[in-house]
Amino acid sequence: MGLFILRRLGVMLLTAFCLTFLVFWLTNLYPNLEKLAKNQGNSRMQTHEVATWLTNRGYRSEIDPELIAASRDGSLSDDDFEAEVTGFDTRLFANYGEWLGILPGYVITGHDGVTRSRCSNHSAVDGDEPQFCGILQGNWGYSTVAKKAVADVLPTRLANTGKLMLAVLLVMVPGALIIGILAGMREGSRTDRTLSTVSIITTATPEYVSGVVFISLFATGTFGMQWFKGSASSAVENATFENFTLPVLTIALYGMGYIARMTRASMTEVMTAQYIRTARLKGVSFRNIVLRHALRNALIAPFTVIMLQIPWLLNGVVIVETLFTYQGFGWELVRAASNNDIEMLLGVSIVSVFVVLLTQLISDVGYVFLNPRIRIS
Amino acid sequence: MDPLTWTGPVGSFLNPLLGIGIGVFLTAVIIQSLMLLIREEDPIVVNPDGTLARKTGLPGGVERIITLSMLLIIVLLLAYIVLGVITPHGTVGIIGGMAKQFLPVWIALIAMFVISMRYKRKLGLYGKLFDSTVGMIGLGIVMFWVFTALFTGVFDLIATHDPLAQVSGLKNKVPGVPMPDADAPYAHYLLGGDNLARDIFSRMVHGSVIVVAIAPLATIFAFMVGITLGLPAGYFSGRLDTVLSFVANLILAFPVILLFYLLVTPEIVETGIPSYMAAFLFVFPLIFFGVLLNSRYYTQPSKRTPILIVVLGVLLLLYLSMINQKGTVIDFLPEWLDLFDLDILVVFVSVVFVNSPTVFRIVRSLALDLRTRDYVAAAQTRGEGAWYIMLWEILPNARGPLIVDFCLRIGYTTILLGTLGFFGLGLSSESPDWGSTINEGRKLLLVFTHPPLPPAFALLTLVLGLNLLADGLREESLRD
Repeated sequence: MGLFILRRLGVMLLTAFCLTFLVFWLTNLYPNLEKLAKNQGNSRMQTHEVATWLTNRGYRSEIDPELIAASRDGSLSDDDFEAEVTGFDTRLFANYGEWLGILPGYVITGHDGVTRSRCSNHSAVDGDEPQFCGILQGNWGYSTVAKKAVADVLPTRLANTGKLMLAVLLVMVPGALIIGILAGMREGSRTDRTLSTVSIITTATPEYVSGVVFISLFATGTFGMQWFKGSASSAVENATFENFTLPVLTIALYGMGYIARMTRASMTEVMTAQYIRTARLKGVSFRNIVLRHALRNALIAPFTVIMLQIPWLLNGVVIVETLFTYQGFGWELVRAASNNDIEMLLGVSIVSVFVVLLTQLISDVGYVFLNPRIRIS
Repeated sequence: MDPLTWTGPVGSFLNPLLGIGIGVFLTAVIIQSLMLLIREEDPIVVNPDGTLARKTGLPGGVERIITLSMLLIIVLLLAYIVLGVITPHGTVGIIGGMAKQFLPVWIALIAMFVISMRYKRKLGLYGKLFDSTVGMIGLGIVMFWVFTALFTGVFDLIATHDPLAQVSGLKNKVPGVPMPDADAPYAHYLLGGDNLARDIFSRMVHGSVIVVAIAPLATIFAFMVGITLGLPAGYFSGRLDTVLSFVANLILAFPVILLFYLLVTPEIVETGIPSYMAAFLFVFPLIFFGVLLNSRYYTQPSKRTPILIVVLGVLLLLYLSMINQKGTVIDFLPEWLDLFDLDILVVFVSVVFVNSPTVFRIVRSLALDLRTRDYVAAAQTRGEGAWYIMLWEILPNARGPLIVDFCLRIGYTTILLGTLGFFGLGLSSESPDWGSTINEGRKLLLVFTHPPLPPAFALLTLVLGLNLLADGLREESLRD
């Protein structure tokens, strides 16, 4: 068992390593960096000025200084210069190592004579910076949109989303289990058919559809049922029944159908098992068969499904937080991604990748614990 | 012209009837569920000799009321459509107007169902679908949108207006609003006008063309990738399986929206990554068909070579004109060879990319299971090649679950396309696809509720239809 967990942890770390590198690469492509330079420096910078700006701050500009010099004195035309810009270079790996905190941060004396370093936030050094300053050292970088350190912004966003997720799970899991068990305990009955149809409908309704329908039904006066609020921005401070119901319901509904169907499948399988027939022949009442004998065995499979559903909830969270302007993690993701906020996007990606990997690990380990038939030797 | 109401003059006597029908139905259902809570009995009992009998008394009566009222509701709903089609414009209001516009779709649907029912015993799995109610409903809904897309996209029949034309004065107007210009070809905006005064009904109908064209095609590509990589991974297992599964899990560990935001941005398109990904992903159909035919006709070179040349030649041309795109890094084909330009290549690529790992996992686990069967051992003893066994022994036997997953996956792809539209990624903001129209409509949702609802319902019904169809197929393929 210990070895199994260790091996899973090893694969998980390797996956995390690859994924963070991928995200780092995709967010640090040259066009993104160029946009960053123009955004932070001067929006009318020439290509070589952008390159200078980037090399001065330790970013990969993919151009060696000689090219920049050649461009400066006019011996290289702008078109030829542009042609040299895109490509692959080893600076990417160095940058990734610095960002991760396994390589010492750069200290570069730029063309303008200022010595900058990564550990002084890309500004002039004052001498007492640490040598390493990456994610591992707790330096998550600086968000260019929020104008704050990423480490200051993310925890509050995560707390908001945590609140939302908790409410969603509290609604979704019991609801799905009840629907699945009611449908699965008598296969083929009318209850089964009705509930199965309901769960198919909910799985066919993505969050942006149900959210829009809910808002127009319950948050506007068009249908005479203006019971809730269509915006959850006030729920960050003070979540009430009025402003929190619709977002929670929207996310919960999409996941609910899937879990319910899995529970139903597992329940119908258990209900045809030998020991249920024995119990029936012994004369145990139907209620006791369901509650005492079937339920516990039927809940093993849904556990895995619920854990694996959490990464899917993440999607729903992004959609719903955008739709209801709830300032959580998903909302921050959309804001960072659409504004080229590289460090924030990296931070958001790391968190979501780890959420996904952790739930996978928990579901694997939990499944082994719950199911006595599986023995890992 | 007067504005249209939802059901027009006919509605004044049909609506109360429908109200009564629904009321009776709901009360009967509630009574029956209450009775079920008290006594665990089914209104239908099985006699010892195997026949079924309907119970009499209160439970049987309630059961009969439910059936009758449901029938009444269905008949009334059909009446709206039929009356809408046969009476002149405006008699059955907006519903009737829409029913009339969809007339070619109704005809095609009826023709398809009549022919299929007639020959259902000769049509294999497709024919068996007509034994399951769920499957028939699902197929009906799916084909409704397929025919709509076909008639709109090819024959330009169903839409009432140009989906991009703006008519001043109809901005955000409610459904049924008349055109300001008296001699306009169609007198009303059936489902109202959107934020830019365009006809919502026509936009919804035109949106179906985009979805119906892209979603199945992207799913087919994802299946090609998944099958071509999943079969050897499951059949050979070992190190190949470890590496491929690791890569698949890597992609699956990405939250989809984050992946979209990383892949579908103008900056990434500028670097040419989507074009390279397209060049990589779209080569899989070539590999698949090449290996498929080669392994089949390997012993008959006189037959194999011409077949391979023709098939691979056509596929290669399609492949090249698909990845070749003006203004991107891959732009080398002469104009006359480039058959078509996909404007939304990046959307297409990212949807295929997201779907492939899941298909890979399904195919891999099926191959892992099937490779221990006797017929595989028999083929191995005969000395068949590995690819022949995978593609001509294992794959046909895995078709049941794969067809079911194919239907589900088209639905999921539709949802993904909607998600892309909802975040305004990849598709132009003018595009009438359902995700973008929902996104456009939601901005003013608290003031005008009508613009985003039609595309939302359209997307919901299409995905629901695909899910029901998959359910029906699963049921029928499990039966034999």
